[in-house]
Amino acid sequence: MGLLRRSTSTTATNDESGAPASGDELDPGAPIAAVASHSDAALHRQTDEGSQLMRPSKAATDAAVREIVLTGELWPEVDPDDETMIVNMGPQHPSTHGVLRVMLELEGEVVLRLKPVIGYLHTGMEKTGEELTYVQGGTNVTRMDYAASLFNETVYAMAAEQLLELELPPRAQWIRMLMHELNRMSSHLLFLATNGMDLGSTSAMIYGWREREEVLRFFEKVTGLRMNHNYFRVGGSAADLPDGWQDDVLAVCNSVDYGVAEIDELLTNNPIWLERTVGIGVITSAQALALGASGPILRSTGIPWDLRKEQPYLPYDQVAFDVIYAESGDCFDRYRIKLMEILESARIVRQCVEKMPEGDYRVQDRKVTPPPRARIDESMEALIHHFKLFTEGFKVPAGETYAAVEGPRGELGCYLVSDGTAKPARMHIRAPSFYNLQTAGAMMHGGLVADAITIISSVDPIMGDVDR
Amino acid sequence: MIEDPLWADGEIDLADVVIIIGKVIFAFAFLMITVVLFIWFMRKVISDMQNRIGPNRAGPFGILQTLADGVKLFMKEQSIPEQADQRIFKLAPYLTLLPAFLAFCVIPWGTQITIAGNTTNLQVAEIPMGVLWILAMSGIGVYGVMLAGWASGSKYPLLGSIRASAQVISYEAALGLAVIGAVIRSGSLSMQSFVAVQAWDGPGSLRDWLIASAPLSFVIFVIAALAETNQPPFDLVEAEQELVGGFHTEYTGIRFAMFNVAEFMNLVTMSAVAITLFLGGPNGPGTDRADNWGALISFAWFVGKLWIFLFAAVWLRASVPRLRYDQLMDLGWRKLIPLALVWTGILAVIKVGRAEGWEPGIYLPASFAGAGLVALFIYACMPKRELVPAPSGRSVPSGPSGPSGTGDTSGTSGIDTSGSTTSGTAPKEVAHR
Repeated sequence: MGLLRRSTSTTATNDESGAPASGDELDPGAPIAAVASHSDAALHRQTDEGSQLMRPSKAATDAAVREIVLTGELWPEVDPDDETMIVNMGPQHPSTHGVLRVMLELEGEVVLRLKPVIGYLHTGMEKTGEELTYVQGGTNVTRMDYAASLFNETVYAMAAEQLLELELPPRAQWIRMLMHELNRMSSHLLFLATNGMDLGSTSAMIYGWREREEVLRFFEKVTGLRMNHNYFRVGGSAADLPDGWQDDVLAVCNSVDYGVAEIDELLTNNPIWLERTVGIGVITSAQALALGASGPILRSTGIPWDLRKEQPYLPYDQVAFDVIYAESGDCFDRYRIKLMEILESARIVRQCVEKMPEGDYRVQDRKVTPPPRARIDESMEALIHHFKLFTEGFKVPAGETYAAVEGPRGELGCYLVSDGTAKPARMHIRAPSFYNLQTAGAMMHGGLVADAITIISSVDPIMGDVDR
Repeated sequence: MIEDPLWADGEIDLADVVIIIGKVIFAFAFLMITVVLFIWFMRKVISDMQNRIGPNRAGPFGILQTLADGVKLFMKEQSIPEQADQRIFKLAPYLTLLPAFLAFCVIPWGTQITIAGNTTNLQVAEIPMGVLWILAMSGIGVYGVMLAGWASGSKYPLLGSIRASAQVISYEAALGLAVIGAVIRSGSLSMQSFVAVQAWDGPGSLRDWLIASAPLSFVIFVIAALAETNQPPFDLVEAEQELVGGFHTEYTGIRFAMFNVAEFMNLVTMSAVAITLFLGGPNGPGTDRADNWGALISFAWFVGKLWIFLFAAVWLRASVPRLRYDQLMDLGWRKLIPLALVWTGILAVIKVGRAEGWEPGIYLPASFAGAGLVALFIYACMPKRELVPAPSGRSVPSGPSGPSGTGDTSGTSGIDTSGSTTSGTAPKEVAHR
């Protein structure tokens, strides 16, 4: 489409925000609401963790577009004398998806402001990444977005491969694409399940988890684990697909198609569901771009931005699929986008089954990937390679790079700096949940507590991804 | 009002006292067993609808699971928050449980039975204003919920109790108007009169059942009763995803169990009321027998109808998402109450018209036309909800178009926004405060 510049280069960029640089075409025409400063003091007073100001910091105030985003708009005017209540929703709360803490300023049931407070799951994984070799690194990054761990592994491996200038064999790339789409399905099914649950539909939760289970069962067969697989490593994958994987994958696809149809039937045309989601949590494309949102949130505002099309990285240019996007940017659109993306993923997976090439599932470079187990008994050289690889790792040429994939929640990137040793000098993950979560405050337009839940659920943050 | 034949002889002897005590014990046991079975039934049926197994450890098919839960909760520590108002906090569960049982006392669960020469109604107490008693008890029941939330000294329970009081007050009106519809047809507030009006006398008596003459009242009653008893999709009071546990967030142990039991007791009672008012109560084929078999059959009919209602409640629980607070109020005040009001007017006109022998060809159309005018008037007087346009600022044109031209493998499809689902320019309704 003409309004978006298509990135001609398939190589990675250092653009961390993931937003297309087409400011002249995107008009941030939204009205700027005044900063509601009177209640900041109240907010500050009632917290025991120091400054919890919702007002943008001084450095940020001059950028008008940030003001829109950080203060939201169309918030109801409040009489400063009115008493408001601050509710700390979380970190222990049934629907904050882990340990997210959300500060709500309430007047009765009307939410005046919503502010996510993060850091409750911060375990310093990026710093840990600097202490692990490139061989070990996969076990670390896979635990970040635990609902979509294969994407984390891939993006880490891709960054290292870019520095090593490795070209993967076709089968390794297709395996990655296949597993990515399956993981996107499982992650989106988790979203549908929790989104239904958060709005009070317990059946939707079980239906979502039931189909996700089928995907996880296949993952267990391929990688040995249901989550945190450490399956994609630098130079390819840890193992080839098991015999008869085609049948398993097709069975998974059929089962997911059925489950998605069931959720669709249960929720999409349900009048209560429509009342709860349509027009709730509206965000504009300008706000979404300014906050660096990507994935379904950005696509729900009318921007069909998908890295699989914009910067094809795996053989995504060899399969047919559609980018699903919507116009109104509300919770219903985000629900519907994810629902339909599952079907698109199933479409890609079916093409992968047809087109999967034969060949190696990893590069046959013994400096990067270990020799087959059988060779270690026969060859001294293989034994040495194996030993060196798993004790010292391999050295990566000095340099820096950024690799990005389209994760289920948006642009997932890995910024890697190497100083020529076997461990990265700096490893940063651009976590989509972290950026997306900031849109929650902008989505809240003076709805009720139930709308706040809908919005948090619709942002779909994975706290491991947010805090890292 | 129909007197209990037990008092027909004019004096109270020992047999009367024993029978009354027996009936009280039976009613309480029946209610408790129904609730215990219902909790198990609910979990089992929802499990089945969700492809799960559900409770299957305690007893055959897990039927004793509720008992096991009760014993566990009974043994648990009962913590009281520091901020709580101790006395009210302890009182609240009883305030919820007691009205739930008291309301059941006026429900006739069968026709008449003869024990050792004494004939009596299968009902604990016949009150001339039985229907009002039920409305009063369901209104009092909310005090327990409200005070529990207030006394907890915590924010989520407070929000839950605010929701509870608003919800019950709102739906009390619709519930009362729906009941009036049945009362107009039966001509009395006494529960026994409903049984008498709908008495079984061959299949033709199905037309006497009040659901046939006041169908809209029945629908309004069921919706309002679900809201009144905080059943899904109106269970905002304890909405777990929003308010953690709602009004009983801070409750543990047996006090928590009492709230749960009271909730389901209310559901059972309201189902029983719906049956009595609209579905013939304990009447059905076979209940026109004069002997005790007739009484037994009538009890079986009552239980059978009750479980059909309870199953419907479970079905709803498994199928629908929860309403939002303002949508709930909207449904109550702007839809159910005007509808019930207009419908009650029509029923009243029909009743008077029949009694006075008016020409049906004239007064029936006239009453509907009058009701239509009243409905228009109510609708015109209704305050409009404030509409705020959705935030604008998007500049991407609508309509599907491909983002990139990589040949036949690429395409971009927009979501079909047909129908009432969504559109970019739809106004956003904000809640009235």
